[in-house]
Amino acid sequence: MLSELLQFLFSGLTVGAMYALAAVGFSLIYSASGVINFAQGEFIMLGGMSAALLVQAGVPLPLAIALAVLAAAVAGLIVEKLAIEPAGNSEVVTLVIITIGASLTLRGLAEVFLGKGNHALPAFSGEEPIAILGATLMPQSLWVMGVTLVVVVALALFFGRTTLGKAVLATSCNKLAAQLVGINTRFILLLAFGLSGALGALGGILVAPMTYTSYDVGIMMGLKGFVAATLGGLGSGVGAIVGGLLLGVVEAMTAGYISSAYKDAMPFVLILLILFFLPQGLFGKKTTDRV
Amino acid sequence: MLQVRNLSKTFGGVKAVQDVSFTVRAGTIHAVIGPNGAGKTTLFNLITGIYTPTSGEILFDDAPAGGESPDRLARRGMSRTFQNLQVCMNMSAIENVMVGAHLRLGSSLLAGLFRLPGLAKADAECRDEAARLMDFVGVGQYRDTHASQMSYGALKRLEIARALAAKPKLLLLDEPAAGLNHTETGEIEALIRKIADSGITVVLVEHDMKLVMNLSDHILVLDYGRKLAEGTAAEIRDNPDVIAAYLGASA
Amino acid sequence: MTMKPTTRGFLFLAFVLAVLPLALPNAYYYDLAIRIAINASIAVGLNLLIGYTGQISLGHAGFFGIGAYASAILTSRYGWPSGVALIAGAAATALLAFAVARPILKLKGHYLAMATLGLGIILSMLIVNETDFTGGPDGMPVDAFSLFGWQITGEQTWYAVVAVMLLLVTRAALNLIDAPAGRALQAIHGSEIAARVAGIDTTSFKVRVFVLSAVVASVMGSVTAHYVGFLTPGAAGFFHSIELVTMVVLGGMASVFGSILGAVVLTLLPQLLSAFEGWETVVFGLILMLTMIFLPRGIVPTLRLKFAGRAA
Repeated sequence: MLSELLQFLFSGLTVGAMYALAAVGFSLIYSASGVINFAQGEFIMLGGMSAALLVQAGVPLPLAIALAVLAAAVAGLIVEKLAIEPAGNSEVVTLVIITIGASLTLRGLAEVFLGKGNHALPAFSGEEPIAILGATLMPQSLWVMGVTLVVVVALALFFGRTTLGKAVLATSCNKLAAQLVGINTRFILLLAFGLSGALGALGGILVAPMTYTSYDVGIMMGLKGFVAATLGGLGSGVGAIVGGLLLGVVEAMTAGYISSAYKDAMPFVLILLILFFLPQGLFGKKTTDRV
Repeated sequence: MLQVRNLSKTFGGVKAVQDVSFTVRAGTIHAVIGPNGAGKTTLFNLITGIYTPTSGEILFDDAPAGGESPDRLARRGMSRTFQNLQVCMNMSAIENVMVGAHLRLGSSLLAGLFRLPGLAKADAECRDEAARLMDFVGVGQYRDTHASQMSYGALKRLEIARALAAKPKLLLLDEPAAGLNHTETGEIEALIRKIADSGITVVLVEHDMKLVMNLSDHILVLDYGRKLAEGTAAEIRDNPDVIAAYLGASA
Repeated sequence: MTMKPTTRGFLFLAFVLAVLPLALPNAYYYDLAIRIAINASIAVGLNLLIGYTGQISLGHAGFFGIGAYASAILTSRYGWPSGVALIAGAAATALLAFAVARPILKLKGHYLAMATLGLGIILSMLIVNETDFTGGPDGMPVDAFSLFGWQITGEQTWYAVVAVMLLLVTRAALNLIDAPAGRALQAIHGSEIAARVAGIDTTSFKVRVFVLSAVVASVMGSVTAHYVGFLTPGAAGFFHSIELVTMVVLGGMASVFGSILGAVVLTLLPQLLSAFEGWETVVFGLILMLTMIFLPRGIVPTLRLKFAGRAA
């Protein structure tokens, strides 16, 4: 009983860490620009796919990872520069379609250049399962959670201690005020997108050894990342992490105890519940409209 | 017409309105003044149902009105304009005014899908009425102009026309002269006088002291969410507390 | 007597629909025309929600799916009469839409987008997973539509049916826009708070227009199921929802004829894209981005502004 629960918990936390990284990316972009980046999922896909193909081409794993993360970060920069910046202050519907367009373009390009096949990355430190209280934990899971922890700490330091990090926070609070004190908000936006791309890709790379990756995993990943971000509260970094982990665990529990067919529907049921009853998420702030 | 008793509104830790009481008699022009942040717009939002009071009561036409929704209050004869201009920029000027008359027309979605002859006739009448209102407030020349093409001053008057289209008993104007120049303010003053003369009770929030002193039968002064003073224009002008808090040299 | 531009547009549409069959050489073109007409009807309904009332729905294909699968399952598995099945599907859609509308439409902007998205995906997953009823990912066949023993088969009959439906939907939408209810919807978009103080029960209106557009999608879903004769879960999928929204946004928000134009473009697009073998997704994505950046208002309103500028 316990071992079963632990098993689901482990797998939930593992995939939850990926959702958490995606969710941080969503929150970052939403905070800095008010845009929901539907292309976020494609960054995740790009990370996993690029790394897998680079490794297959003979590139050593660490270098492949670095290059893949870089590639996704660049993709993020391009999306911001070519799709978001020209859109200016468009209506929400317009922005939604633009980022969906970006998502399709990225997916289509992956289809053309990276092929339609399924790929997997080799596990970072072998495939020997570790036994804990009757449940098995893959070493890769430790990598996922460990790296995510490091990333979270690094981000906290970045936003809390560095001037640039604080500039990002300032922009997300009040763009105009940030501009007035000399912050180059355009650069901040680029940074946000680039960083989100990198984070998403990292998440995708970390779980790629355990789940197959292919050119079309982006949509679901992105949507679930968004659910996680909303669960935790759009714009809250802590919320994004908690939301991601929570989502992963709930999904795993659903797959284990209820039905694996509907495990993919659970995030969307969750988001409806959250939006109905707690729209600001677990850690978000309640807002009132001033008239 | 309007009675406010011990009204309070707290947002988190901020006491926006504290224990305010006053009465507005029918057919008068009543002004609410006070420094920025005194709680004037919050008071308006409480009266018009946009905020729910934390405590206290509001009586409109002798019936409870605290916490009612804005559209229900509109049905009871309350109408208002907004400090930061809430005009529908996606419609033409006359359509904006016709929206104000919504309550007096058949509003079912289903009826709208079929072009029933009764509806068409009522609509044409509504359009004529709206045109007359636009003339009344002084923007008659913009009848078919798109709202996005109109000047700020014209839009402010258009909003008043929309508020009047509902044939209200009580009209609340939130800073009707904000952003207007000297001439335009004079025109607004004349318009408000015309509206009051037609029998509508007017309550206005305003910063322009000349306008307030010229028009008001009764003035309420707020400061830090509390009632500071209440009285006629002459009484308020000479009130030392008011002068100290607010009027200063501009009396 | 001068005619209103919308009346002129409507008569032009009727004329085009009546005359079009003469220009259609074979079944393939008829099929295209029928699909365009179906999409156009859905788009007009959806535009009332998105363009006029200023809401979003990224899950409308879910409603389409309910109508489609209700008709398919009730007629082909349970032998219900087609007309009754269609009405049942529409009723089920109306009930569901009504039930979720109030909580969903309290949300705004991105939150509303996500909620409708979530709803659409849940519906789509239900359809995929309940294989016993729906045939799952492989789809299911659908009997022909029969009314009092007379079956609707053949492109020409179907064309006439969907053309008439399109005219009805368009006429109803045009009527609505000129009516007080239509103005109320636009006011909700323009300034919801102003609409409320004018006495409009904005929540009620939003719910009603949401249900209306959902029912239109559902009926068209039923029609499509019978016309094609075969149904797959993609009909309720996320991609289909995006296509529908794009028709509205591309053709022109708050423009009935814009929606029809959007439907024309989006339905013909895959045919044109097949020339870019393998690159369809990329090109589609690029088109979406470029049109939204350069024509944010959509095609028809942008053109209208251009011509108005010249006439002034």
